[in-house]
Amino acid sequence: MAVVKLQRPKLNFGEKIYFGALIKGFFLTMTHAVKSLRGKSVGADELASSGLGVTMQFPEQRWDEHLPEYYRGAPTLVTDEQGRERCVSCQLCEFICPPKAIKIVPSEIPSDDPWVKVEKRPLEFEIDMIRCIYCGMCEEVCPEQAIYLRKDYLITGLKRADMVHDKKKLYEIGGTRAGLVNKWNELK
Amino acid sequence: MSDTPSATAELKLPKDLAAEKGLVNVQIDGIWHQFPKGTRMIEACRQAQVIVPHYCYHPKLSSPGNCRMCLVQMGMPPRPAPGQEPQRDENGYEIIGWMPRPVIACANTIGENMGIRTTGELVEKCREGVMEFLLINHPLDCPICDQAGECRLQEQSVQHGRGVSRFVDMKVKKPKNVEIGPRIRLDDERCIMCSRCIRFMDEVASDPVLGFTQRGTHTTLTVHPGRLLDSNYSLNTADICPVGALTSNDFRFQMRVWFLKETPGIDVNCGTGTNITIWTRGNKIHRITPRLNDEVNSAWMPDSHRLNFHYIDGEARLTEPLERGTGILPVSSVPSFSTTTWPAAIASAAAKIKATPAAQTAIIASGRMTNEELFLTRALAAEIGTGQLALVPRFAEADALLIAADRNPNTTGAKLVLGTEDPFAHLDSIREGVRNGSIKSLIVLGDDLITDAGFTTEDLGKLDFLLQTSVLANPTAEQAHIVLPSAAFAEKRGSMVNLAGRLQRLNRAVEPQGQAHDDWEILRDLLLAISGDTNQVHQIEDVFKVLAENVPAFNGLTLSKIGHQGTQIADTGYQIPLLANERARKAAGLING
Repeated sequence: MAVVKLQRPKLNFGEKIYFGALIKGFFLTMTHAVKSLRGKSVGADELASSGLGVTMQFPEQRWDEHLPEYYRGAPTLVTDEQGRERCVSCQLCEFICPPKAIKIVPSEIPSDDPWVKVEKRPLEFEIDMIRCIYCGMCEEVCPEQAIYLRKDYLITGLKRADMVHDKKKLYEIGGTRAGLVNKWNELK
Repeated sequence: MSDTPSATAELKLPKDLAAEKGLVNVQIDGIWHQFPKGTRMIEACRQAQVIVPHYCYHPKLSSPGNCRMCLVQMGMPPRPAPGQEPQRDENGYEIIGWMPRPVIACANTIGENMGIRTTGELVEKCREGVMEFLLINHPLDCPICDQAGECRLQEQSVQHGRGVSRFVDMKVKKPKNVEIGPRIRLDDERCIMCSRCIRFMDEVASDPVLGFTQRGTHTTLTVHPGRLLDSNYSLNTADICPVGALTSNDFRFQMRVWFLKETPGIDVNCGTGTNITIWTRGNKIHRITPRLNDEVNSAWMPDSHRLNFHYIDGEARLTEPLERGTGILPVSSVPSFSTTTWPAAIASAAAKIKATPAAQTAIIASGRMTNEELFLTRALAAEIGTGQLALVPRFAEADALLIAADRNPNTTGAKLVLGTEDPFAHLDSIREGVRNGSIKSLIVLGDDLITDAGFTTEDLGKLDFLLQTSVLANPTAEQAHIVLPSAAFAEKRGSMVNLAGRLQRLNRAVEPQGQAHDDWEILRDLLLAISGDTNQVHQIEDVFKVLAENVPAFNGLTLSKIGHQGTQIADTGYQIPLLANERARKAAGLING
């Protein structure tokens, strides 16, 4: 590779003592400070500012309504309109999950269950939210439209065990989702 | 070609060269190969490493040719007109005239100068057509199907399927989730009517309980009315089922196969030494399937042996060295025992053994031990100076296929390693010695004396010292003074010799549970604690090396030389009945493999 020798720009005396630039910068900062105090910061409206500057005062104020449709929050399990848990524990999400956050214990649906023809469902379904990287691969790979990334992003806990979402918690966050493909209909 | 006779004798035609060896020339995808006469086309392709997709064909079963997946294009040289010389190419092969219609590769045998094309437009179209037909009524329940991941239909649907169905009518409904036997579940909608299971039950298991009823798209696999698929070989049907129609109740919904790691091993439930694959995830065994070995078990194994692995992480598993009396932690279930550490247990055992005169000490080893363990046992007996060493015989009824009467997997190995024709000979004298008090100290390796060897609790109560190594808690262990937890067959490496004299390897599929140690390490540590020597043996390979130097039958072998298919080291004259059947069927031309 050819070596290109750069010529440093020649600075005049004023530029060399850089005092002028400092003062210029100071005035720019002060202009913004005054604007901010008067509640007229640039972009305050779009960024849902809480009044002072453009900063949103989290957690009192939330970004939630501005979240885009494709936002990837916590992965959850969903039930359909008929109240059937859609997951059949095929374990594809467990397989695809890059950080190995998902753990599933499959089980057979007992013969007295109304959905016995589905045959299989998870006995345990755990997602370790410390490991989860919100990549959405589980949602993409799911052949039963059972796992969705919802907009929940505030996943907190006081200990590691709190950060593991079990089946109950996952259905609680996931809720019901209507209008999905009904593979296990009466024809099945 | 020259006309002079001497020149033609030098330039022999390929067909004559092949005929001298009893072979025929076959061109597969443009390359000429030679195969024995009578080989099926599909088998020839397999040997030439060309994959022909198929469902119904199985090398160990007859070929009804009913799945039509193995259609290939075939060609033969055209029959010359009277007086016409056959046309040959520059290598002397006759020019192949390709047939316009495909043939099934599984039921047709090869012929001289035959051509087979496994690719090309005709063959591809056939495969796509067959796949489309097979998928017309197939339920799309791969997410819940246990076969997913090892399903031929899935694999070939990826390769030759359309992706979408053109079939607009309703799919045919058939029985689902049918319990056709104690260990097998049937889903008729998934069945593609390959009839492998029917042929297996008829030809190999000799219990023809399966069959088809109805016709056309309504063809249904069923079990004979009033009968169940309850043969001890029924789970083999789940193995050979190319789809998820037959699944194992034991493995059903336990784990998807793509998570499982396969470890080759051998079965230790009888002297046949069936070759197995152990399927594990993490430190848990999920299933065991037979592994192909034409000299031992063909492709099959009995259900009773296959399912006998749940004890490994079961309730009765011993996971800590135990010592009678006060120790670190009392064991709640058996209050007289407390857990101890390995060094303490070994030191304590060695002290007790050394304190007893050699004449009052006996060792009862097990036919379930590997050659390496038996060799160390022999060394232990020599170190102690006792000649009282015996194995526990365990005989039960044999079946006419794979289960041998001798339920010890390594009786032959014990005979070779211990250098005796009857390794059980001293058992009666040891039992007598324990009863009359002439034996005060007993080392029991692996076996349960009360259940298997005719000892009673009172007999063992007379002993001053009883050391037991065991995988599971058992009545003998309850009488012992020190109990050392050892490794189960899937947790250790080593070698065994089956009844037919074949040396085979065990491999470690999972780590030993809890604090359990490999048996050979326990024996080595005990040996060193008694002799006071420094350790020279760090790996099982070292043990095998010494074994190979000292026992003539093992001369020149190493653990790695044994290979996954085993090595014949002795001729015992024992015939595995299933293999005799299979060879007879092969000789009769009924099967290929």
